[in-house]
Amino acid sequence: MTEMLEHQAIGRGPARRDGVRKVTGTAPYAYEHPVENPAFCHPVQSTVGRGRITAIDTSAALALDGVLAVLTPDDAERLANTDDAELAVLQTHEVAFRGQIIGAAVAETSEVARQAADLVAVTYDQAPHDVVLSDSRDDLYRPDAVNGGFPTDSNEGDIEAALAAAEVTVTQTYTTAMYHQNPLEPHTTTARSEDGVLTLWDSTQGVHPVRKAVAKVLGLEPDAVHVVCPYVGGAFGSKGQLKANTVLAAMAARAVPGRSVRLALTRQQMFDVAGYRTPTIQHVTLAANRDGTLTGIAHDVVEQTARIKEFAEQTAVSTRSLYAAPNRRTSHRLAALDVGVPSWMRAPGECPGMFGTEVAMDELAQELGMDPVELRVVNDTEIDPDSGKPFSSRNLVACLREGAQRFGWADRDPAPRSRREGNQLVGTGVASSVYPVYRMPKSTATVRFSGGRYVAEIGAADLGTGTWTSLAQIAADALGADLASVEVRIGDTRYPEASVAGGSSGMTTWGSAVVEAARAFRAKFGADPSDGDEVEAAVQANPATDDYAMFAFGAHFVEARVDADTGEVRVPRMLGVFAAGKIINARLARSQFLGGMTMGLSMALHETSVMDPRFGHVVNHDLAEYHITANADVGEIDVGWLDEHDPHVNAMGSKGIGEIGIVGAAAAVSNAVHHATGVRVRELPITLDKLLG
Amino acid sequence: METELTLRIDGQDHHLTIDTRTTLLDALRERIGNTSAKKGCDHGQCGACTVLTDGRRTLSCLTLAVTQGGAEITTAEGLGQDGGLHPVQQAFIDHDAFQCGYCTPGQVCSAVGMLAEYADGWPSAVTEPGTTAELDHDEIAERMSGNLCRCGAYANIVPAVQAAAPRREGTNAGGAR
Ligand code: FES
Ligand code: FES
Repeated sequence: MTEMLEHQAIGRGPARRDGVRKVTGTAPYAYEHPVENPAFCHPVQSTVGRGRITAIDTSAALALDGVLAVLTPDDAERLANTDDAELAVLQTHEVAFRGQIIGAAVAETSEVARQAADLVAVTYDQAPHDVVLSDSRDDLYRPDAVNGGFPTDSNEGDIEAALAAAEVTVTQTYTTAMYHQNPLEPHTTTARSEDGVLTLWDSTQGVHPVRKAVAKVLGLEPDAVHVVCPYVGGAFGSKGQLKANTVLAAMAARAVPGRSVRLALTRQQMFDVAGYRTPTIQHVTLAANRDGTLTGIAHDVVEQTARIKEFAEQTAVSTRSLYAAPNRRTSHRLAALDVGVPSWMRAPGECPGMFGTEVAMDELAQELGMDPVELRVVNDTEIDPDSGKPFSSRNLVACLREGAQRFGWADRDPAPRSRREGNQLVGTGVASSVYPVYRMPKSTATVRFSGGRYVAEIGAADLGTGTWTSLAQIAADALGADLASVEVRIGDTRYPEASVAGGSSGMTTWGSAVVEAARAFRAKFGADPSDGDEVEAAVQANPATDDYAMFAFGAHFVEARVDADTGEVRVPRMLGVFAAGKIINARLARSQFLGGMTMGLSMALHETSVMDPRFGHVVNHDLAEYHITANADVGEIDVGWLDEHDPHVNAMGSKGIGEIGIVGAAAAVSNAVHHATGVRVRELPITLDKLLG
Repeated sequence: METELTLRIDGQDHHLTIDTRTTLLDALRERIGNTSAKKGCDHGQCGACTVLTDGRRTLSCLTLAVTQGGAEITTAEGLGQDGGLHPVQQAFIDHDAFQCGYCTPGQVCSAVGMLAEYADGWPSAVTEPGTTAELDHDEIAERMSGNLCRCGAYANIVPAVQAAAPRREGTNAGGAR
């Protein structure tokens, strides 16, 4: 077991260290880094869903005053590595999906770049495209593994026999929509190629992963690529892996060496090339005894990927560990379509998957005439049913109990449609939440004593998560130093290598690296170091993972009010109670949970990317038509957490909180809407038409 | 087509020769080097580009720069007095009313403009006709709904704005700003 830190700074709630820069707008995001005389790049996109480019006429674009270069597949530089078709930008005349980047204009101003891109005339040999996901397709296939490296399928016992023998069963299909992450800061890059060094000020969840991936595509030594990203205007997974826009920015910069080039995707372009969450079709089966004990759980998922690159969301994986049952099955099948490449979005897997499982649990509770909180309590387990290991800590029941008390759950008449206030049908719903504890294998930190202060450096990212502040708290406690005497530097490949900010792994991974470095520093230099003393150390594997399954848990409680005439759904009250180990910064953690729950509310009621099968693109590709929760959509949100002590996860005792807030939130909303109206909505989002039918 | 123009930003004059298609937002960000206002959508749908023009909140992405000669333009960078933060900005920090910060300069400008509208007695869509609204949760949420926050900081933005709102004297909603 790692030696636990003594918590001094950890657990308190200091305000964000970057707060002043953010409220004044002076924190520089990728597009904003001051550079001398920048040029501007605007992409050209395919206007067919599939086919081949037969001709590209750039003459009108090139004739425009202020145009510096026009890049097309005819003459763009040949990339060193084209294994990843998503990143093989301008390397082929084949069009794989509508909106694919097929060219770019570089010009003195953004207005001219955009006009020039518009003037590029492209003719195609168009081929029929196929963009419609359905579970009755005959070409669904079984991927070798799903995201995270998890097995595609799992099978234990005999689910069919369990179903046949069960006293009560639920068998239903649940669907989640196609979602776009839509960070408010678009995918942006400022790029410069000069003196053999490519510098990228890139909006990314990981400077080192971008450096590695860009170097590979361009055939450069990683040392020849410098990536900088101190601030990210939101990401939610969409900036976790290198995307075509960053490659294009690098190519544009290399086309005008010595000149800095700025590229920001438009909001519309983000819907085409910046990633999204696959729609899912989930078949969920529950078999149970009269007392509520589950005897079988099956979760079979159909989802999509792109024909040019596989991404298999691990939608059913969390179902493997949430509740005990002797007979269990999960599976994932994919349809490869002529669409952009799906990718990570906040809690890939858990977020859509827990919609299916947790609404099914509500349906089972209703069938049994049992309280939905009690049903979850009855099926709690000390042993992870998937791995067979005990949980390092599992406080799902405590979250449910505490939440029920705080929310006033007991006041509820369990009968659906039993409470009406004026014209409003009122209901309450609950759902569980779960998210694994991930630790990335690689991350290194430096601790140095300089000018009477401690400086911790690591190429980590702050997506709004608070890394600038929370990592300083960890460093302070690991050094036994005052928080004010610790400075943290992140977001630059000049600092030691850090893993991507993904899977809520940041604090566990980078925090552990900082703790290792701080402890090594103290061991080497003692309590009274000299100026310039420095130590570098890396995160270690956690041997406790051999013995324990590690997850955070939570419980969502929601009140929904549905207009009896119009079907309009309002959510005046949400409560989330979480058990996520030690909370490092109380103020910032609350924001993370709030943010996840708010995005979950958005998923429940508003968000859906509407694919037009005729043209093969998302038609509601802007923030007016793709509605995300606005201020007035949000009522009171209450967040709580248990004081959970887990000595096995890491030296801080923390579990990661960036994603668990969204997991289960949409199910709780759907369950509350059912309680209010008696209408079970199994297809997200819960729109008025589904309640009035 | 290019034209000459003087823009007054955060109390300073900037003489520019710019493309007449240039929005106020792009003039700020790409010509003047003031990147306080953010671009989230360029279509008037997110509010990230909100600035104050003559004290009124304005979506700078929907405003052509050439229409703003002579206007007093204030960004979040220029809101504070004497190097300090504006009370709304301080309240945003105290309430952790942001995460990534990308919507924040727009939220802050919008809040300042909204409080002035409120002080001027402007009703909102949720104000009961004929009444004087209290600045409660629903009033603030409604009046701030032109500013999207994908990080979902709304539950902190509302109390931050509430805390920064000047105490109203008497019951008269109108009067000087
Ligand atoms: S950038 Fe102006 S409203 Fe979105
Ligand atoms: S703080 Fe990130 S969008 Fe509002």
